[in-house]
Amino acid sequence: MAHGHADISKHVKLYLGVFLALAIGTVITVAANHIHFQEHAVAIGIALLIASVKASLVAAVFMHLKWEKSIWIWTTLAFCGVFFIVLLFIPVLTTNDLPPQVKMGTWDVPAHVAEADEGHKTGH
Amino acid sequence: MSTALLPYTVEPHPVTGLYSGKLGTWLFLASEVMLFGALFSSYVLLRVGAPETGHAHWPTHEETGLSWAIGGFNTLVLIISSVTMVMAWAALKMHNIAKAKAFLATTVGLALLFIVVKLAFEYIPKFKAGHGPSHNNFFALYFTLTGLHALHILGGVVVILYFLLPGSALWKTNPEYYTNRIECTGLYWHFVDLVWIFLFPVLYLT
Repeated sequence: MAHGHADISKHVKLYLGVFLALAIGTVITVAANHIHFQEHAVAIGIALLIASVKASLVAAVFMHLKWEKSIWIWTTLAFCGVFFIVLLFIPVLTTNDLPPQVKMGTWDVPAHVAEADEGHKTGH
Repeated sequence: MSTALLPYTVEPHPVTGLYSGKLGTWLFLASEVMLFGALFSSYVLLRVGAPETGHAHWPTHEETGLSWAIGGFNTLVLIISSVTMVMAWAALKMHNIAKAKAFLATTVGLALLFIVVKLAFEYIPKFKAGHGPSHNNFFALYFTLTGLHALHILGGVVVILYFLLPGSALWKTNPEYYTNRIECTGLYWHFVDLVWIFLFPVLYLT
């Protein structure tokens, strides 16, 4: 990757532009969080979407991927991406640990645990 | 002698076409993605699997007591530190070591500000309130994720300080090698920033 002085000056302007975009992105993330969406999943989706855009900007510009042509680096990133997705899907596999009629997160605390909780709270 | 020990620090490797430090850094970062990825995956598992009621339910914002303002402030601090880091590299490319050192010093200052804010306004008050990692699953994840991230910040500070002080002697003998080392340090530093970009909404907001 050869960079002349003129190239670098252009880069510097781009860095400052990305900084502005990241700062605005942070403000939007916080602002969006103050809107109370009906579905909690929508709020999470929006926050992660903005975070992904910000992360892409950092990787593309600050980490120079925008100018990266090396197949070695892109191959490394491709493997990394695939395995990252696999990692994030591991929790889905655990749904098999629950009885088929029960969906994750919708179950109630078993009675004996609830009783123990209550006892803990009241100090018995 | 150093070139004999470490070949391809400046000139591209005949097979990869890259100076070797750069490919090495990217491979290291790929392993870091797995490390943080596993913890993010644990977060998803514990959050999705939390019951809707009872003491094991996922805490609300009010219950966690984490301030979006402090988290947001630290997000901006890290973003600015990423800018100063990349500006240090750009200054070296323009053969301005004094400017590069000023940017590196600023990066270290911002990193330390991040840690001080984290300790003074978050970790210490949380522990005093009895909300340590053993309080619930949320705080276990919060301290593991942010603690590991903070260790990465401290590691970065050590590396940047090395290149700012004793390591900068290399600039006089082999400026291109020094510039490449700063580029690799920057790759790592931007990655640490990138992780925080996800940690902020995941822990402080949604």
